[in-house]
Amino acid sequence: MSGRFKDSAHLIRVAAVFLLGAVVFVALRAAVIPKSFGQFGPYRGKALLEMQARPVKFAGHDVCEGCHPDVAETKAKGVHAHVNCETCHGAQAKHADDPATVKPVLPEVAKLCVRCHSENIAKPNGFPQVNAAEHSGGQDCKTCHQPHSPGFGSGGKK
Amino acid sequence: MEGFMYPNEVELQWSVLIVLYPFLTGLVAGAFILASLERVFRVEEVKPTYRLALLTALAFLIVAPMPLQLHLGHPERSLEMYLTPHRASAMAMFGFVYMWYLMAVLLLEIWLDYRRDIVLMAQASTGAKRLLYKLLSLGSDNISEGALRVDDRAGWIITLIGIPSAFMLHGYVGFIFGSVKANPWWSTPLMPVVFLFSAMVSGIALVLLMYMVTSLLRRAPIDMRCLDTIAKYLFYTFVIDFTMEMLDLIHRIYEADESFRSLDFMVHTRLFLSQIVLQIFVGTLAPLALLALTQLMKFPEIVRKRMYAVAATLTIIGIFAMRWNVVIGGQLFSKSFLGYTTYKLEFITREGLLPAIVLMILPFFILYVLIKVLPPWHGENTGATPAETD
Amino acid sequence: MNLTRRQVLLLLPAAAAAWEFVKAGTPDQAPNYSMDEHWWGMLLDITKCIGCGSCVRACATENDVPDGYFRTWVEQYHREDWHIEAPVVSSPDGGKNGFPPGKVAGGKNFFVPKMCNHCVDSPCTQVCPVGATYHTADGVVLVDYEYCLGCRYCIQACPYGCRFFHPTKHTADKCTLCYHRISKGLTTACCENCPTGARQLADLKNPKDPIHEFLKTHTVQVLKPHLATGSKMFYNGLDGSVR
Repeated sequence: MSGRFKDSAHLIRVAAVFLLGAVVFVALRAAVIPKSFGQFGPYRGKALLEMQARPVKFAGHDVCEGCHPDVAETKAKGVHAHVNCETCHGAQAKHADDPATVKPVLPEVAKLCVRCHSENIAKPNGFPQVNAAEHSGGQDCKTCHQPHSPGFGSGGKK
Repeated sequence: MEGFMYPNEVELQWSVLIVLYPFLTGLVAGAFILASLERVFRVEEVKPTYRLALLTALAFLIVAPMPLQLHLGHPERSLEMYLTPHRASAMAMFGFVYMWYLMAVLLLEIWLDYRRDIVLMAQASTGAKRLLYKLLSLGSDNISEGALRVDDRAGWIITLIGIPSAFMLHGYVGFIFGSVKANPWWSTPLMPVVFLFSAMVSGIALVLLMYMVTSLLRRAPIDMRCLDTIAKYLFYTFVIDFTMEMLDLIHRIYEADESFRSLDFMVHTRLFLSQIVLQIFVGTLAPLALLALTQLMKFPEIVRKRMYAVAATLTIIGIFAMRWNVVIGGQLFSKSFLGYTTYKLEFITREGLLPAIVLMILPFFILYVLIKVLPPWHGENTGATPAETD
Repeated sequence: MNLTRRQVLLLLPAAAAAWEFVKAGTPDQAPNYSMDEHWWGMLLDITKCIGCGSCVRACATENDVPDGYFRTWVEQYHREDWHIEAPVVSSPDGGKNGFPPGKVAGGKNFFVPKMCNHCVDSPCTQVCPVGATYHTADGVVLVDYEYCLGCRYCIQACPYGCRFFHPTKHTADKCTLCYHRISKGLTTACCENCPTGARQLADLKNPKDPIHEFLKTHTVQVLKPHLATGSKMFYNGLDGSVR
């Protein structure tokens, strides 16, 4: 009996090595796995909170209209009523935060208008599209169209 | 780029390193299965290659994770796969399959088979070498008849467990691709099967070549009964592998689902060289024909050796091409089935051709070291007394 | 939305109050936001999309998306007569600067905005080996940039091609449904900047959300329904040729 055990003793050494490995593994897990892992699900909980906390770059039209009700009113009467401010004016959260110091740069009207309104076969029927070169004979869009309420003839004024 | 691809698809995500990975693990699985033929199924004709096959498997298994590490965006985070594995992910579970196979199967089996030699070499050497062998013996020096019988029994059990483990090792890699429903080139239940059988084919071919090369280098005679048997198993395994691949192909062509036209075009254009020429003709049909000839007709020894060597080399090239066609091919076409892109393989970048070549050669250097430390052949200046003749 | 002066006056203090939580550049937690009260999706109206690319540009600005990679993009389709399996599709730079004037007349032509579908049964989260990409309780699929290994399995697993490998972060990246905005009561950058209302954020758990009525009265589809991903991006007027 003891001879049998003696002859298997080296296998116990192997088992001991494996056991040691398992212990190291468990200890490593406790030490290294981020503490918030599993907080909301099988992922690092802090990651979700970090994602929520990212800064915002577009203020959103509600905020713009809060300070610029006159423009909001003009826009609401025309066909650009549902075109939000930052679509043309770019991200303005920084401006909304500090209107005195951070001034928005007015968009390059010609390039801007053409992006939406140049004719393309894939645009929905009924959407106003023009061949930019032929349409105005080279004149700037603002000559005839006021961007906030762009009905024909509204241009030239603010 | 040709046609239309989703804008984020144009760049390939998985490079030649990811081609290398299934190739290397395939060689491991294949070499091990060959070794287990002798151990479990008592095909004692292949006994001369038993230890060599095990050491070859170990050398390649050590290198296998390296292409993965090189490929990761954050290799320093790779431990996360063991610490917080996502149980639904085949890739995460594979980390454990790999670890299990390495530790509980391969290392243990090698240790049990070599233990007697290790103890004897520890006793016969001095200095650093002695320390090395002492460590390897785990401090035990019991090599009595009883202990060796225990070793033999334990080794048999390990090998028995090892066969399904080897199947899992490479079947899992096939599953990693085969379970991706987004990619119709990969998504098929046959993928693990095809991967496994092609792995066995490549592993057997590698051991055949290694046996011939090491015998040549040692100026030792080749046991033709062994070589013929290995070639026979290579042939049979290859027939099964080829059948599986043809089944997949015929099924695709017949059903012709929405992806078929796009994939068909890709195979005939972008993948023509690697799939039709290299994988099918050079890498499968040619070696199969050579091997079939040796099975059907009697050739003199020298001719057989040449045929086997050519067949085995072509096989290994063909299996590498198969991995290439699966991994790279699966990324050359758009998931919109409306376009194709190209793979820009660079030379000296982290995922370029040079690291791939280095990683392919590295296992042979490791194998050389392993052979020096744990000689597979008896009577080779290690002080070990030949217990059995090879 | 036609605003009367009265409405504007009411809006001003509300906007100011909301803005406190939304201050630009000041990372802050989203107070008063409970994940369990929301289930996010989006309505994409093909009949309204004009392919202007405002959404692509806005997303790139809001989320610092690197050039050449896309969290959202727009595709232009041309279906020739009945050839529903062979549309001609293009997406020059993801539609970021709009599309060139179209020459291919005849057949059916339209634009399709694409983005992450925030699938309920997403294949991408299924394959992630470490839990670096995950579902939130409010139905958004996100990536943890501190944890992602960069193995790119998720990019392979996404059937919609919406993920990419970030060139400097060296992790996977994709549309986050502007989680940092929607958790603060704002809409996504793409929806905010769509001039025609072709993109509209929807809170499927909110009974008052207009999407419920829309879904009752319109024919909607999701992309690649045969893959059963549980996509929450609902397309109105989606043609059968769309891949």
